[in-house]
Amino acid sequence: MPTDYAFPDSAAKAAAATEAPEFQTEKMSLAMGPSHPSTHGVLRLSLELDGEIVTKCDPVLGYLHRGDEKIAENMTYNQFVPYTDRLDYLAPLANNAAYAIAVEKLANLTVPPRCQAIRVITSEMARISAHLLGLGAYGIDVGAWSVFLYSFTEREKLYKLFEDLTGARFTTSYSRIGGLARDVPEGWNANVDAFCDQFLPILEEILKLLTRNKIFMDRTIGVGVISKEDAIGYGLTGPNLRGSGVDFDLRKAKPYSGYEQYEFDIPVGSKGDCYDRYLCRGEEMRQSVRIIKQAIKNFPGGDWYAKDAVRIFAPRKEKVLTSMEELINNFMIVTEGPQMPAGEVYFEAENPKGALGFFIVSKGGGVPYRLKIRGPSFCNLSILPKVCQGNLVSDVVSILGSLDFVMGECDR
Amino acid sequence: MTAPADVFTAVQSQFPAASARPTLDHPAINVPMADAVAVLTNLRDTQAFDFLVDVTAVDWGVEATPRFSVVWHLLSTTKHNYVRVVAACVSDTEPVAPTISHLWAGANWHERETFDLLGVRFEGHPDLRRILMWDGYPHHPLRKDFPLAGIDTPLPDLEVGELTKATAAPAPMMGGPFVASVGEMNMTDAEPSAKDESWNERSNKPAAL
Repeated sequence: MPTDYAFPDSAAKAAAATEAPEFQTEKMSLAMGPSHPSTHGVLRLSLELDGEIVTKCDPVLGYLHRGDEKIAENMTYNQFVPYTDRLDYLAPLANNAAYAIAVEKLANLTVPPRCQAIRVITSEMARISAHLLGLGAYGIDVGAWSVFLYSFTEREKLYKLFEDLTGARFTTSYSRIGGLARDVPEGWNANVDAFCDQFLPILEEILKLLTRNKIFMDRTIGVGVISKEDAIGYGLTGPNLRGSGVDFDLRKAKPYSGYEQYEFDIPVGSKGDCYDRYLCRGEEMRQSVRIIKQAIKNFPGGDWYAKDAVRIFAPRKEKVLTSMEELINNFMIVTEGPQMPAGEVYFEAENPKGALGFFIVSKGGGVPYRLKIRGPSFCNLSILPKVCQGNLVSDVVSILGSLDFVMGECDR
Repeated sequence: MTAPADVFTAVQSQFPAASARPTLDHPAINVPMADAVAVLTNLRDTQAFDFLVDVTAVDWGVEATPRFSVVWHLLSTTKHNYVRVVAACVSDTEPVAPTISHLWAGANWHERETFDLLGVRFEGHPDLRRILMWDGYPHHPLRKDFPLAGIDTPLPDLEVGELTKATAAPAPMMGGPFVASVGEMNMTDAEPSAKDESWNERSNKPAAL
């Protein structure tokens, strides 16, 4: 096999070798990933090591690139909803909602309060589920197996609720432009409420496994410190940004889907190390439960889809089967897509991993001319070369886990 | 709806070449490519747009002139508002834009992605390599003249390609939800699950089965 790299300090190495041949050292290239357990998915880190110290880290992306943006240009707005499941595949319900809100913004359409409340509940459930996986996997990365077992038990209960709501555990495809796939089933809200009640004490138990755990603290406190300036400069969002002490959450700063009605707090870190990012995620789950309970308590009645948006939201099945106009309308929406005005919008929502943004360029009609997806994990990972440098290889695992990325939305 | 007066007028007072861009949400500004870095620096330093949300480009079609526009989205984490800055690339065949990776470190990867998928070259970028497609990939897939199915291309690892004579082949398009017309194809070719050639609309049902 020909080597296509050169040792960067070969001149220095040669000079050292002539002086003291028995002490010569050389840097080592190490490919970490793409199938490494701590690179959660298919990320490859091309590391350059001096002993155990990382001197250079070059992330190699694209193993999960599917060309989602190209595909979006070739299908109607509603057809793209299943593709949003596969962006951050740990929180598909939140992606569905973010995408639908972005397109509704293009149409200048406001959905009824009931639809907004359902989207809030499902997004926050998705946040809990994503953070539970993040914590569980992070625990495994740094050697705490049991967290994973507890958190996955809870995720399973959430998946049961997702299945009751959408028919699917994983790829929910729950949003439609102008509404939802269906209303919440009878008694579902009460089940969610019951889940929240039993979840809070278990969450405390799960967090107790890590928060004062000596090994976990040693592996995370003071490791991978990201300053406030760097966090903003590299475009970090979500718990990674707030862990660095920036008090910015889109749910508070640019409220959407009725988030302004709910009372919740934004946890903010003080040092910006791995431990702070972990603490932020833990607290966010408590706050999510708070939001869900409020939304269920004041659950609005009325429509669950925008009834007046006849060119956008397909009519109900019983109407399609009885009325000629509705049948034609349904046919038009399914074949040509929801009719949108020409223009440009950008919308981003506070997803579990950070701000998931959609920039839509429309020339009118049912298909976007250009749809750019801003994946938060893509931006969050861009800080890796800087933050990994000078750390031990074992700390790279810790840093990766604390950034809590998902390659589905990074590579798109 | 056009840009609210404050952001736009502040920019235009210093950059008379800037013009308001039609938008459905946030203030949007058209600037000449030569002014882009100055405008973005000005927005960051005087109007508290401290957060670079996104850098991307739009291909307006093979016939369009200007063909490519670069789009920057900025956010103010203190004032909680967005602004969109758009600049058209001068050349339609060799689109070039200035880098802003010295202003926001996060622009580095965004610009690499835009170069990779749309072929806009960012001048002054410290490390303008492909990021999502593999090194040595010859096309820019998000350009409008690139087909959705893809183009037959050598494998990323040339040694494997030489040995196996395989290539990165276009995706099979039939059966996908984005197929508008099946053209001359008959049902058997169009439907991947019906590959039993012994009995279809071309060859009749065998007499004795």
